[in-house]
Amino acid sequence: MLTELELGEIDHEIAKFPIRKSACLDALMCVQKHRGYISDETLKDVADYLGMSPTELDGIATFYNLIYRQPVGEQVIRLCDSVSCWIMGYEDVKKRINEKLGISWGETSADKKFTLLPAQCLGTCDHAPAMMINDRLYKNINPERVSTIIKSYQQEGCDHDKTSHRAYESESAP
Amino acid sequence: MTRPLTELMKASRPLSLDEYVAHNGYQAAKIAATLGGPEIIQLIKDSGLQGRGGAGFSTGIKMSAVPPMTEPDQTRYLVVNADEMEPGTFKDRWLLEGHPHQLIEGIIIAARAISASVAYIFLRGEYKRAEICLAHALQEASLSGLIPAHLAIHVHMSAGRYICGEETALLNALEGRRATPRAKPPFPQVSGLWGKPTVVQNVETLCNFPHIIRHGAVWFKSLSKAVDPGTKIFGVSGKVKKPGAFELAMGTTVREILFEHAGGLWDGLSLRAFLPGGASTDFLGADFLDVPMDYSSMAQKKTRMGTGTMIVLDDHTCPIGMLVNLERFFKQESCGFCTPCREGLSFVHETLLAIERGEGLISDLDMLLKHAKILGPGSTFCALAPGASAPLASGLRLFRDDFIEHINHKGCPYGN
Repeated sequence: MLTELELGEIDHEIAKFPIRKSACLDALMCVQKHRGYISDETLKDVADYLGMSPTELDGIATFYNLIYRQPVGEQVIRLCDSVSCWIMGYEDVKKRINEKLGISWGETSADKKFTLLPAQCLGTCDHAPAMMINDRLYKNINPERVSTIIKSYQQEGCDHDKTSHRAYESESAP
Repeated sequence: MTRPLTELMKASRPLSLDEYVAHNGYQAAKIAATLGGPEIIQLIKDSGLQGRGGAGFSTGIKMSAVPPMTEPDQTRYLVVNADEMEPGTFKDRWLLEGHPHQLIEGIIIAARAISASVAYIFLRGEYKRAEICLAHALQEASLSGLIPAHLAIHVHMSAGRYICGEETALLNALEGRRATPRAKPPFPQVSGLWGKPTVVQNVETLCNFPHIIRHGAVWFKSLSKAVDPGTKIFGVSGKVKKPGAFELAMGTTVREILFEHAGGLWDGLSLRAFLPGGASTDFLGADFLDVPMDYSSMAQKKTRMGTGTMIVLDDHTCPIGMLVNLERFFKQESCGFCTPCREGLSFVHETLLAIERGEGLISDLDMLLKHAKILGPGSTFCALAPGASAPLASGLRLFRDDFIEHINHKGCPYGN
């Protein structure tokens, strides 16, 4: 069942398009924002609401890398593995994340706090290596900085998601 | 040096509406409102502005392919390609986060030119800060009555995938389908979004519109050092002293961009090669340092400028490792629709990886060259595989000694 809030958000997206089902990706992103990922049941509910078959919607959902069809951790770490970040040493950062959290690409930590995914070029190559944790961008990272960042997320009561939505806050360039 | 696109920008926050208006912001939209669509398109054509997404095609000609209105209420769409995902490219992010009103004014003018009633900004899902900046700017402009009543501007956050940057795949993504490219013709200008006439333009391209309308075509041409007009946002990443993006005259030499603006390489390193404009351009060597960076000069040298944001390969970084990284990206991002791209890129990546690990054979080099040709222009459905073949073919030529060393010594001499 989609909630009233979710339905309201989906309707807001539908209004942007001349055809109802064109809003399907926006609808999935809306629901994912609340639920973390798109379960089979959620997929079916969204498909029903838009007048599509679940198979059709799944064919679309699985094409896009920002739609998660499996559960993810509370924090999704997306580490850029494209060329400028490769030159600047993202592999050392990845190794440190592997050591600290015991997870590699596509895996979620045992406490369900973190998922590690590769990101395509994040468009901040002059500050490589770069990564995102949920909606927040981290630039000029290295193994030491990434240890500190992860630690800050592990501490109780630290709500990074709220701070990351501040419009003009300068992002974490050193 | 005139830097129309970036000179007003602040370091840490986007330019506000008041600040923009104090510097003639939205004046060009007012001028455009007094001009007819064909007049605006003619002005853009006369200016010689070329698409800044990488292809460098004439923006005016692209827009003039929209057929004349046959019925008064025919819907037309303007789509802003803000899906910046070409590896090594970080120019549109700067414009989106630093000066969203400039883009909105460009959208108003371009929408008027083609009589579009709806504009979609197709923004990368990862560009969260740009999303906030754009939403805020759109609200400011709307409350101040700057957006024409008959124009709706929507921001669409993409759900990912590099192929969405290809304009017909982007249209499929906007329609809520899998982002596979469409056959052309019909071109989007005739049959685009939901079958209606649609023009897709890159962020940087549209940001030039207000300036061309205000100052004219002659002025725009005077900004350049080369045949191609205007300024260009160039960028440098890799092991250089001052990596960054710089708005410079079109036709600025590689040497000036790399050594004056980006400060040259780190001490102890020297230049091995560079990709001039993103992952899907050719590896070029030091013999290209004095070539002007503009579409025509690069085409004369049988290569492409691409997005104009360079990636520098130094002499301590393994070129084969870099190729492995580049081809893995293209393999992963292939939409899977056509065979040469889907199968070929996987094969190329695996072969390169084997060579990097010291498991390669000399015969692999000819095989890779053959694949670079098969993946090149003309044999695949869209430009993704030809883009992937650019660094491959040029890399095989430029780094032949490194390939042979990897194969003969059964491992990476750079210690990877």
